[in-house]
Amino acid sequence: MVVVVIGIIRAHNLFAVVILGGAYSFLLATVLVVLDAVDVAMTEAAVGAGMSTVLLLAVLHLTRTREAPLRHAPAIPLLVCLLTGSALVYATVDLPPFGLADNPQNQHVAPYYLENAEKETKSPNVVTAVLASYRGYDTLGEVTVIFTAGIGVLILLSRRRRRRRDLIVKDEGGSKHDA
Amino acid sequence: MTEILADLNYWVTIFLLMGGLYIIVAHGNMVKKLVGLSIFQTSVYLLFISPGKVLGGTAPIIAPGFELYSNPLPHVLILTAIVVGVATIALGLALVVRIHEAYGTIEDDEVQEMEAD
Repeated sequence: MVVVVIGIIRAHNLFAVVILGGAYSFLLATVLVVLDAVDVAMTEAAVGAGMSTVLLLAVLHLTRTREAPLRHAPAIPLLVCLLTGSALVYATVDLPPFGLADNPQNQHVAPYYLENAEKETKSPNVVTAVLASYRGYDTLGEVTVIFTAGIGVLILLSRRRRRRRDLIVKDEGGSKHDA
Repeated sequence: MTEILADLNYWVTIFLLMGGLYIIVAHGNMVKKLVGLSIFQTSVYLLFISPGKVLGGTAPIIAPGFELYSNPLPHVLILTAIVVGVATIALGLALVVRIHEAYGTIEDDEVQEMEAD
């Protein structure tokens, strides 16, 4: 994944960037399976690697496929990223060790879900039970977000279609006039 | 040595975070900026999921014969985040298409120059 990200940073052909992005998503899905997050891995493979790639390719079809070279040396962004990164690495020293069942984050509400989800919701998949039942309002909010984004995309792209139609009508009017 | 390896997952996550941030800040092409944004988002998925893993545990689907499960809560939160992420990307790409129509370019430097003229 690290190698793929370096490739994305260096590539100037946007097709290569998009395809590397798809490869990155599949690699992430594999890592998620290893980390026991099978539902998330499936969603990431379908949505991240499938849908995002298709959307990006569609946009490349509508626009252009080469990136202009950088105009100024990227010294300041690089410095900012390195500083932030080293601060974050320093912060990992205080984090609990990897993979122990008695870490604080694994002792909060998760044991309750694991013990009672099947009894209370009749679903053996705890992730589904939490998503649809215990944290159903989150999912409702998520649906609202998708709905809003969908409306936004439709509004943005419908203005474009209307203008194109106006242009066609104008062209036809012009040609009639010529005739 | 095991202590160094124990934080490796966080370090990879941090590298991916910073790589995404660098692409967003340093590159002017808007499609590439959006790819960088999605890398930033996906590294946050990793940041959430990896502390929820329990060594020796299995996926949180209750089945006889398994006692130890990984933490299901981050999985739920990240499922929501993935979908919100793709909604963000879709909206951003629609904006890119509109900008390309209005200005004929998707480089933000060129757009700013046209605005200045």
